[in-house]
Amino acid sequence: MADVTRDGQRVAADEIRTTTCYMCACRCGIRVHLQDGELRFIDGNPDHPVNRGVLCAKGSAGIMQQHSPAKLRQPLLRNGPRGSGQFRPIGWDEALEIATGWLSRVRYDDPRKLAFFTGRDQSQALTGFFAKEFGTPNFAAHGGFCSVNMATAGMYTHGGSFWEFGEPDYERAHYFLMFGVAEDHDSNPIKLGLARLKDRGAKFVSVNPVRTGYSAIADEWLPITPGTDGLFVIALIHELLRAGKVDIPYLQRFTNSGWLVVEAAGTDGDGLFARDEQGRPLCMDLATRTLQPAEGADVDPMLAGLVELPDGRQARPVFELMARRYGQPDFAPDQVAERCGIPAATIRRIAAELADAAFGQPVVVETPWTDVWGKRHERFVGRPVAMHAMRGISAHSNGFHTCRSLHLLQALLGALDTPGSHRFETPYPKTIPPGPKPAGKPEHIHPGRPLPGMPLGYPLGPEDLLVDDAGEPVRIDKAYSWEAPLSAHGLMQLVIGNAKRGDPYRIDTLFMYMANMAWNSAMNTKETIDWLTEIDPATGEYVIPRIIYSDAFYSETVAYADLILPDTTYLERHDCISLLDRPIGSADAIQDSIRQPVLAPDRDVRPFQDVLIELGWRLGLGAFTDGDGNPRYRSYADYMVRHERTPGIGPLAGWRGEDGSLTGKGPPNPDQLQRYVENGCFFQEELPPSARFMKHFNKDYQDLAVRTGMMPAVGPLTVQLYSEPLQKFRLAGQGHGKVLPPERHRTRVATYFDPLPFWYPPFDAAANRDRFPLHAITQRPMAMYHAWHSQNVWLRQILAENRLYIPAAEAARHGLADDDWVLLESRHGAIQVQVRVMEGVNGQTVWTWNAIGKRAGTWGLDKDTNEARRGFLLNHLIDDLLPAREDGQRYPNADPVTGQAAWYDLTVRIEKVVRPDERVHPVFPPIARPPGQPPAPDQVAYGSQFRPWRPSR
Amino acid sequence: MTMLPAAPSPRRLGLVIDLDTCVGCQACVVACKEWNTGGYGAPLADEQAYGAGPSGTWLNRVHGFEAGSGADGRMVHFPKSCLHCENAHCVTVCPTGASFKRASDGIVLVDEDKCIGCGLCAWACPYGARELDGQAGVMKKCTLCVDRIGAADLPESEREPACVRTCPTTARHFGDLADPDSKVSRLVAERGGFDLMAELGYRPTNKYLPPRPGRRSEGRADSELEDASPNGGFLGWLDKVLS
Repeated sequence: MADVTRDGQRVAADEIRTTTCYMCACRCGIRVHLQDGELRFIDGNPDHPVNRGVLCAKGSAGIMQQHSPAKLRQPLLRNGPRGSGQFRPIGWDEALEIATGWLSRVRYDDPRKLAFFTGRDQSQALTGFFAKEFGTPNFAAHGGFCSVNMATAGMYTHGGSFWEFGEPDYERAHYFLMFGVAEDHDSNPIKLGLARLKDRGAKFVSVNPVRTGYSAIADEWLPITPGTDGLFVIALIHELLRAGKVDIPYLQRFTNSGWLVVEAAGTDGDGLFARDEQGRPLCMDLATRTLQPAEGADVDPMLAGLVELPDGRQARPVFELMARRYGQPDFAPDQVAERCGIPAATIRRIAAELADAAFGQPVVVETPWTDVWGKRHERFVGRPVAMHAMRGISAHSNGFHTCRSLHLLQALLGALDTPGSHRFETPYPKTIPPGPKPAGKPEHIHPGRPLPGMPLGYPLGPEDLLVDDAGEPVRIDKAYSWEAPLSAHGLMQLVIGNAKRGDPYRIDTLFMYMANMAWNSAMNTKETIDWLTEIDPATGEYVIPRIIYSDAFYSETVAYADLILPDTTYLERHDCISLLDRPIGSADAIQDSIRQPVLAPDRDVRPFQDVLIELGWRLGLGAFTDGDGNPRYRSYADYMVRHERTPGIGPLAGWRGEDGSLTGKGPPNPDQLQRYVENGCFFQEELPPSARFMKHFNKDYQDLAVRTGMMPAVGPLTVQLYSEPLQKFRLAGQGHGKVLPPERHRTRVATYFDPLPFWYPPFDAAANRDRFPLHAITQRPMAMYHAWHSQNVWLRQILAENRLYIPAAEAARHGLADDDWVLLESRHGAIQVQVRVMEGVNGQTVWTWNAIGKRAGTWGLDKDTNEARRGFLLNHLIDDLLPAREDGQRYPNADPVTGQAAWYDLTVRIEKVVRPDERVHPVFPPIARPPGQPPAPDQVAYGSQFRPWRPSR
Repeated sequence: MTMLPAAPSPRRLGLVIDLDTCVGCQACVVACKEWNTGGYGAPLADEQAYGAGPSGTWLNRVHGFEAGSGADGRMVHFPKSCLHCENAHCVTVCPTGASFKRASDGIVLVDEDKCIGCGLCAWACPYGARELDGQAGVMKKCTLCVDRIGAADLPESEREPACVRTCPTTARHFGDLADPDSKVSRLVAERGGFDLMAELGYRPTNKYLPPRPGRRSEGRADSELEDASPNGGFLGWLDKVLS
């Protein structure tokens, strides 16, 4: 093509610098093209393993994010009422002195009174470490309202997860089943993968109430009723079991299907695994007809039948318990079809297609490998059925068990980490569940002292909960309490409400980072704003006395904070995408990456992580202070290189050791960041072919994983279809054991801690169905990431206002046409919005795009913009708590196992508004522009500074 | 009036767009804006940038709409940009000679120095693929990233339009449609690529690939699995096979 137009005009920019995108959470590699020091172009890095050169709309709009009029410009101290937007600009010294004063007092008084919650934070390995060193258990990022159901269900089942911890085998799958995904995480990899699947002729089935985006290109779209995915999956399991289309050898060897479960109703051993003296779980070995350690080398576990144990108790294999449960006629397709919104014949056919794909067309990878027992295998044999699931499963109060059901379906097909199925991305799989346990028990919390461990982790039983002697919560968000025992990501959605209610206690300082809790990140937005501004009559102070907030932009939350620590943009900072946090590993390689500053800030802002490290030193935290009392780390970049979490293991895995020759584990390398930059800001070490599948049992993989610090030891990681930790909680709910729930929680714990996955109607959606007959959900638009992109002049032209999409039949019933206004009402509130009629949506469901509505005056926008007049949030309709039980107990509007915010349990009714005032309701007063923020321009014509290119004829 | 080249160009450069994999993500739309606002001619301006009713100049847009109903219903994402027609009325109506079709490769371009912003070409385009820039007052349209595709100072692998390069579902392909052996021509042949509104006679160079037939029921709409143990029932199967 080179001879087409060769005009001798320069096109390439002066300089290309690589870094990692942060226009959403996907973490694609980008190349930033600079001309005369200015942003000319941002494109995908072709060498980068995440996005392989492609880039989405958000990533390409990074130029306009850098030029956003909403950028914060200097530290601010509030000098008007909260919510007024009145601030006094201050210098960094004053800002950090104020923060240190507030935090230091709390630390030496009662460290719990600091609640430190970060939003879409990609530096949780640091922020969590800060909380630990500070000594407060009250730390989490935004996972409680995002994905904790997916993470926890996966970690307790197979030590990994959907989402970004595993990947469909797009290269080999013949059948792909996607549940409830609309531009969630991994967006570019999913798009690349879908194109690859379609190119290869695989079948792609999308299970989603709404036919947008990915569902639009599916071979088959199943418009499921929200919250019933688990029931659909169990019906598929029923069909497969009925037909015997399950992978028996896989289940025997690689899952706990053959482990024996004690039947001793009414005792504290009921439902636990039969174990030998060394605590090893037992199976009945069919070859010898003797009890043997179930994870032994050559066992042939029995999958059904009653066994008498040496102590006289009886036990049955897990598989039999599963078969009895899921074989019940209640789960036959005919019984679930109406509830799921999917015809019974379709459910039966999908089950048949799954069985055909899994067992009719095995995929073989001819690579010898050795299992953890030392046995050599000549090849990997795969079941080419892949699945993926995310928010649509996660954001329901039954999401944990629904996700476990999905993993059970995968296991029954032998479709976990076999070729063609769901593959585990490094550093997963981990121990099931991964260690360590959460720190923050009452005895862990002392004024002026660190916690003994990180605040977030995975409990193995009731003894690991963070509760006091009365069984009541330690944490402000009630994470790891009986209300949400496995809340591995915390419950950020409850922090402000609980702090206001003083339930379990009041706090002194709320410290938040990039979490828009006064708007689209809160359930119950209107009340959340009231809580942030409520004054305690006893003290005359705000009920939440001090709020420190760090963000790069003037979001809705800034005006409600007292001290603002302005962050940089993603192009102005160092960051690390660490294996200790949320990694970017793939199934075929160990990978991590960094951000490097490609532009210098043009205003008085600092990277939040630099600031946090300095605050740690100012507070005298040992981990951030050296022996002479000086700062231990100069900056986050310095921390990324020199910090060691345990000897030899630090934030970055690549080029460790003094000469940079070690991966994963090794002494710090002072040139490490330079090596990353030279390599395009990422590190990649490919796994040998023998280590790429069956990682739970693959010695070739596990030897490497131990050597690089990804696993503690080589050994079988048996997939836990039956979860003993769940049963331990259930036993406590039944009154057995040393650590028992308060009486009022017992029935609930006993019900929802079922060791086998089950389905129940989502809580909030189940109530008041006569009054609120429609489900209401949101989808994330492909060109927007939550609240971030209304400030982006290019992206807001794609979507500046949203409509409520309603099924055509529902529109006809109410006499509604496109752009009519309706009152949308839930049990909790009402909003006025505009509708659009749609065919491709489940008949009992209405939906809209997520986070398009904006508060007037924020995000650098004019006061009367589309986003404020015709953009809306469903959040106003969603209560953060469930209605009071008869005894007054109110539980979170969340999954009872994990505390995952149940956004998608919302149900509503619609009513036509006859004489609308042509704007959305509720209406909030505009927020004033902060001092120092210049007015946004009316016109933009970006690029005139670059020399124009002229064509030849 | 402006003349089209007397003879067909030896090359016919254009895009082949796959409607089977376009998910409507808008990646191509923004990558196009990003590249071209700093490249060919005047920037692609935006009005009411942070106010009510933002609007700007774009060379490529993706429209989403529903088509059909019931089992035949689908959501269509339809990318639309200049199709670089052989019979380009946008060129022939141009009163100043600003619009032209290159004799070498068939790319339709606008010489902004000659453009008076009269808008006739936009009226003449049946596809709505031209946009008058609100600030520069000149007509803007897809150039196939003409500055990229022939750029001597870009690596060979990058000499393709920004939209093609960025597309995450590889729904966009660029090449010479006059060459029957080119990748794009082969795609058109294999997948039944078609002209948009062919009946109008503008003979567009760009082609669209229709959605693949899909594999909705794999030809076994009534299929279901057989019982493993028809007589012994479900638990009979368990007893026989597993204990």
